[in-house]
Amino acid sequence: MVNYFPEEVLEHVFSFLTSHRDRNAVSLVCKSWYNVERFSRGKVFIGNCYAISPERLISRFPRVRSLTLKGKPHFADFNLVLHDWGGYVYPWIEAMAKGCTNLEELRLKRMLVSDASLELIAKSFPNFKSLVLVSCEGFTTDGLAAIASNCRFLRELDLQENEVEDPRGQWLSCFPDSCTSLASLNFACLKGEVNLAALERLVARCRNLKSLRLNHAVPPDVLQKILARAPQLVDLGAGSFVHDPESETYNKLKNVMQKCTSIRSLSGFLDVNARCLPAIYPICINLSSLNLSYAPGIYSKELVKLIRKCKKLQCLWILDTIGDKGLSVVASACKELQELRVFKSDPNDVGNAAVTEEGLVAISAGCPNLNSLLYFCRQMTNTALITVAKNCPNFIRFRLCTLDPITPDAVTMQPLDNGFGAIVQSCKGLKRLSVSGLLTDQVFLYIGMYAEQLEMLSIAFAGNSDKGMVYVLNGCKKLKKLEIRDSPFGNMALLADTGKYETMRSLWMSSCKVTFGACKSLAEKMPRLNVEIINEGDEMEGGSDDRQNVEKMYLYRTLVGPRKDAPDSVWTL
Amino acid sequence: MEGYSRKDVGCPQLLDLIPKEKEWLVKSAEETNYGLSEEKKLELRLGPPGGDWTFKQICGPTNESLLSFGFFPNTTAGATTTAPWQHQTKASFFPLMEKESCRIVELQGAEKKAFSPANTAVPNSSSAQKRTAPAPVVGWPPIRSFRKNLANGNSSKLSPESQKDFSKKPIENCPKNKFVKINMDGVPIGRKVDLKAFHSYEKLSSAVDELFRGLLAAQGDSSTNGIKKEVEGEKVISGLLDGSGEYTLVYEDNEGDRMLVGDVPWDMFVSTVKRLRVLKSSELPMLFCGSKPGKLSLDRSI
Repeated sequence: MVNYFPEEVLEHVFSFLTSHRDRNAVSLVCKSWYNVERFSRGKVFIGNCYAISPERLISRFPRVRSLTLKGKPHFADFNLVLHDWGGYVYPWIEAMAKGCTNLEELRLKRMLVSDASLELIAKSFPNFKSLVLVSCEGFTTDGLAAIASNCRFLRELDLQENEVEDPRGQWLSCFPDSCTSLASLNFACLKGEVNLAALERLVARCRNLKSLRLNHAVPPDVLQKILARAPQLVDLGAGSFVHDPESETYNKLKNVMQKCTSIRSLSGFLDVNARCLPAIYPICINLSSLNLSYAPGIYSKELVKLIRKCKKLQCLWILDTIGDKGLSVVASACKELQELRVFKSDPNDVGNAAVTEEGLVAISAGCPNLNSLLYFCRQMTNTALITVAKNCPNFIRFRLCTLDPITPDAVTMQPLDNGFGAIVQSCKGLKRLSVSGLLTDQVFLYIGMYAEQLEMLSIAFAGNSDKGMVYVLNGCKKLKKLEIRDSPFGNMALLADTGKYETMRSLWMSSCKVTFGACKSLAEKMPRLNVEIINEGDEMEGGSDDRQNVEKMYLYRTLVGPRKDAPDSVWTL
Repeated sequence: MEGYSRKDVGCPQLLDLIPKEKEWLVKSAEETNYGLSEEKKLELRLGPPGGDWTFKQICGPTNESLLSFGFFPNTTAGATTTAPWQHQTKASFFPLMEKESCRIVELQGAEKKAFSPANTAVPNSSSAQKRTAPAPVVGWPPIRSFRKNLANGNSSKLSPESQKDFSKKPIENCPKNKFVKINMDGVPIGRKVDLKAFHSYEKLSSAVDELFRGLLAAQGDSSTNGIKKEVEGEKVISGLLDGSGEYTLVYEDNEGDRMLVGDVPWDMFVSTVKRLRVLKSSELPMLFCGSKPGKLSLDRSI
């Protein structure tokens, strides 16, 4: 019956499907649905850029307008992956430039982006509107200058935590006077100077600018002028917030802030004088998102004074200088809180600025809507985790990181198995979990049993034996990404269910007990997996011993076989 | 299809997996601390006086929380829900209540020994005890390099002592570039130089010459209303450092003062310089009075 619908009707129906998973599902129904779907697909998400080739993407989705690509494995964030492992975006842009020039939006994460790539984007896509780069590297502000100069309809330029060289510092002036379309500009991660006059003029002429995140080189007096011109801002990232509270600039800033009643999201404060924070107080009541995790040196007392006013806060990123007591205040003030991230203020710290299980318990008691957590803490207990699990059954993301990766329950000295077990049992919607602390195979048994929706699991220094990993592989039906480091899982676990890996995006194992031989036999058995061994030293020269432990293995499903751009130190078996 | 049957869950089965450890099971009830006994002897512990936490001490207060853990959701206190596997599940969640169960951990050799035990004081007094530092581990705690660089940059402002670096990057407090602006009198467009690429004042001086020689010559041409005259030979810009040339190199330091380039050791210069200027030597009368080079109290209008 459905076959009698004209294609236009189907297409119209499909246009209401926004999630790529729904669209993927729809395309599996039958051939005609597959075709209608693929010609009408505008947004494509590719979680692993090596799972498919750009040519195949374009041949299946010729009308793609928005492309999201992810490159390096997640552990690359923590320096566990070689810089030149891969994830080059250039081939994708080259292919799109030939076959699909209506590209409007490109979102990249952990990819290597060269200036040449940016220049090619700028030249090839006349309707290009949006560029979002997260944790990428390989480009300089010259590439940004090309984008600014040439993308006439640019709406969004969002740079998040990228490593960018800045040889000339004039990219901002490259936005032509005719550019008035910018709605979102985030250059907070750039280390260099910017042309402040050009910035002011840009802000003045882009009346649709809603989101602006400045870098540290934008001083408070310029911030004040910008805010005066753009009271319509919804999302602000202050750059430098250091000024004399007695000064004229500060006064002006205070006044202008009061008029910025649309601001819902605040971040930045890359340099801050805590005594100037009162200037923000007037807008606190409207804030739904506050990120002070880049702001050094604000004492707990001041943080608390500020956060106390943010009664509608839903998302808070903060440093652990807030302390357990500070978190109690957050718990009592921010009842709508959904996402909390508490970062370490000093990554090499072994001292006392830290939060413990107490802060977390307080938050869980005060904020029942909490669904996303990243918590770096000095210690944790099972009791606390059990309490948190009871208070907050809605967790979707739960990431705990103890300073000492194998610290036991701080009170009982037992492993934290039960605590995490409670979390997975209670939080039926849990999709992402990072465990840490002293953990045995037991916790993986719990995870396998209860974490039915789990898609991503990060394990470090945990488990006793292959059983642990097997529990997870067997139990977590929706598992997509599994990353393991420094845990005693070996060949038996790796080879227990080889078919499972085709249902997953990727598996990372480093400093585990898998041997070269096992990896080879896995690769032989499963041709649609790329099994990559990353060698950093001179571990395996010439003939490699099958019995030797592999230091780093990354495997992922792919439709296009071994990649051709791997450096010498990466072997695809 | 499940890879393991739910029946497998439950303490007896778990014990079967590790038969040779059976003798530990009996001991574990009395086992005061977690881990192999050899480890126990070697490890440093901060415990209450009289040594160890006994099983009895643990069992009492934590009963409540373990019970409640097994009983949610949808269960009334004291009762379990119906599914048979869940009954067994309960058993496996309350291992401390049953003597047979145990926590056996195969410590991963040297790595684990390197980690000192966590603070064992009761939570409220945790501030009283400072932890010993665990040995640094690559990539732990898992913090993005971007954030680490930020933090290192900030904390190095507060404390001069060098910090342990958990990542593989060699030096995180010193970024590998230091780009500073350099402007030259008479040239409207400035340049940027990476000071880390030079290792001496001489190299900097010759780089300045290269950067601006062409621009300076072009300025000479453009001042004739764009009519291209015969291009004059580009003049070398020399004598930047000793006052002998037409131009002199000065810089602005981190305290906002204008300073003559060349007085301090190169490394000290690189760490304090904020921007560079190439001024006409004729604008610096002090230099030619034979006075010692030092702070020039020029106002910013120059």
